[in-house]
Amino acid sequence: MQTETTTSNFGFSSSDVATTGRELTYIGAITDALREEMRRDPSVLLLGEDIAGDFGGAFKVTKGFEAEFGRRRVVNTPIAELGFTGMATGMALMGLRPVIEMQFADFISTAFDSIVQFAATAHYRGLGAVPWVIRAPSDGGLRSGPFHSQNPEAWFVHTPGLKVVAPGTPADAKGLLIAAIRDNNPVIYFESKPLYRTMKGPVPAGDYIVPLGQANLARRGEAVSVITYGAQVREALAAAGRLADEGIECDVLDLRTLKPLDVDAILATARKTGKVLIVHAANRLAGVGAEVAALISDEAFEWLDAPVKRLCGLDTPVPFSPPLEDAYRPNAEKIYEAAKESARY
Amino acid sequence: MNLDQKLAVYYWMQLARTFDDRMVAHWKQGRGIGGAFSSRGHEAISVGASYALGPDDVVLPMHRDLGAYLLRGLTPREVFGNLLGREIGPSRGRDANLHGLSKLDAGIIGYISHLPHSMPVALGVAMSFVYRGEPRVAMTYTGDGASNSGLYHETLNMAALYGAPLVVIVENNQYAYSTPLREATKVASIAGHGSGYGMPGVTVDGNDVEAVYAAARAAVDRARNGGGPTIIEASTMRMLGHAIHDGAEYVPPELLATWEARDPVSAIRARLASEGVPVADLDAVAARCSAEVDDAIAFVEASPWPDAAAVTERVYAD
Repeated sequence: MQTETTTSNFGFSSSDVATTGRELTYIGAITDALREEMRRDPSVLLLGEDIAGDFGGAFKVTKGFEAEFGRRRVVNTPIAELGFTGMATGMALMGLRPVIEMQFADFISTAFDSIVQFAATAHYRGLGAVPWVIRAPSDGGLRSGPFHSQNPEAWFVHTPGLKVVAPGTPADAKGLLIAAIRDNNPVIYFESKPLYRTMKGPVPAGDYIVPLGQANLARRGEAVSVITYGAQVREALAAAGRLADEGIECDVLDLRTLKPLDVDAILATARKTGKVLIVHAANRLAGVGAEVAALISDEAFEWLDAPVKRLCGLDTPVPFSPPLEDAYRPNAEKIYEAAKESARY
Repeated sequence: MNLDQKLAVYYWMQLARTFDDRMVAHWKQGRGIGGAFSSRGHEAISVGASYALGPDDVVLPMHRDLGAYLLRGLTPREVFGNLLGREIGPSRGRDANLHGLSKLDAGIIGYISHLPHSMPVALGVAMSFVYRGEPRVAMTYTGDGASNSGLYHETLNMAALYGAPLVVIVENNQYAYSTPLREATKVASIAGHGSGYGMPGVTVDGNDVEAVYAAARAAVDRARNGGGPTIIEASTMRMLGHAIHDGAEYVPPELLATWEARDPVSAIRARLASEGVPVADLDAVAARCSAEVDDAIAFVEASPWPDAAAVTERVYAD
């Protein structure tokens, strides 16, 4: 499934933003959403490192954008994540809708101060709305080592005033990005690098919104609930298919938005199956899964038939070498084993 | 500056000073809440620079810029309301003291504690003017201490790179909390940073409101006419401690005495008197300021607290 894991340059070239009818790759859907919104709303602009010109960004998401929209709306920045994130906040306060490309999600820590201290608190402190989006190319499995593989969503889920999304399909990649751009709050959009060009699917043309805060029940079953997001949705669905062959039917709940969580959908699946496995690639301690587990403990205790389990990245930096990263990272095989154990409990 | 302009800046400086004195007294009487930051000594900078802005410009002051907040449109009631955590404060009790004094529709973006975080935000405001082709200017204030942070340098670099209509006022008040500038940087001239980033750097006497105004006005005009950003280093002295709790025993008394003799509010008063304004007229301005501050304090102390039931509201915009 992860066919790109051994290629160089993160496996990406400039020629494969593939479009086949309305089938788009995951990364093509991101490009499609950005183009739609820039055509629709003149207040939308892009900021980031290397995004302009023919280069079009480290992953080519904005290739051709400068030719269509000009340098005014496709702004190359110096390597100054903290500075240009603060700049985006100023633009947003004045009514523009900047979309930042953080070249890798790992680099977002450089801008952390401006995000959590200023942007996240601005509305509560009586200043005003900050309608920006940070696109953060996240996630691993690509043999990219500790500084190009991270899933830092928990830092931001913990921060009042932010919204956090993590699409797991091309259609959601488009619909959630459009929703994020139109939202009047700072939104961190964690796009999953391992899905970029390995996942293709139907993506509606034109205006297509997936509302923030709504999970998607991607598969229905009675035995176990697998609650996950991002690239692990695909892994969970693969595992659920295998389990179904053995007569174990799973709910697979794709959270899609991590903040605000879709509490109703989480509780509904937990109460339905009574057995919950939470999966994410980010490390386990104090991760999103801990909050989901606590929520289920608070609100669905009477329905539980098994301990709420978590299958997550290990509490280490993300390792580079293939056997180490494979040990670190959840995958379909590990989900299969863990869900089976929950089903048998 | 003509006489009317000088009288105008005297009023704003005196209002800031009177407010500041009353605020400090309030806290020393134990009637304050949390901390408080004095602007004493900074009046010529905060008023002189902001006075150079046009009505549609945007200002992002820091915590020594009471004068700028008042001049640009916050009332003494609103500011004191914020100090005492009341609903009438611009942050409606959500943010403390001189933090969070925002009034976006008046072009005021209040500061947060992490200096120099207003700088890149000011750059973004300036870039929004460029984006929309509007002849407007953003001005922000920061301190000598903040000039050592990476974000300050990132912002200066980008401001020059993009030719942003931005004016950066660095209030060099000699001390970052207890650390004198000479212990924080080897560089003697903060204005000299300008040449390092390809923008004009100007040094000005921060206790001379006319000099501050002249430097700021030139920078604002240049920015508005497409000439890009300017950094202005305005030298002064933080006359009280970092915050109300701080006795600033680490500051040599003779240094304070030197600067006290150059007090900016006294200086503009003396200049106006020397130019023929009757002292009675100047006293009338001071009395008016006193009355405004009296009104603010009385009003705020009788004004409602925020509703605790609303504590979780407004984390998000609709």
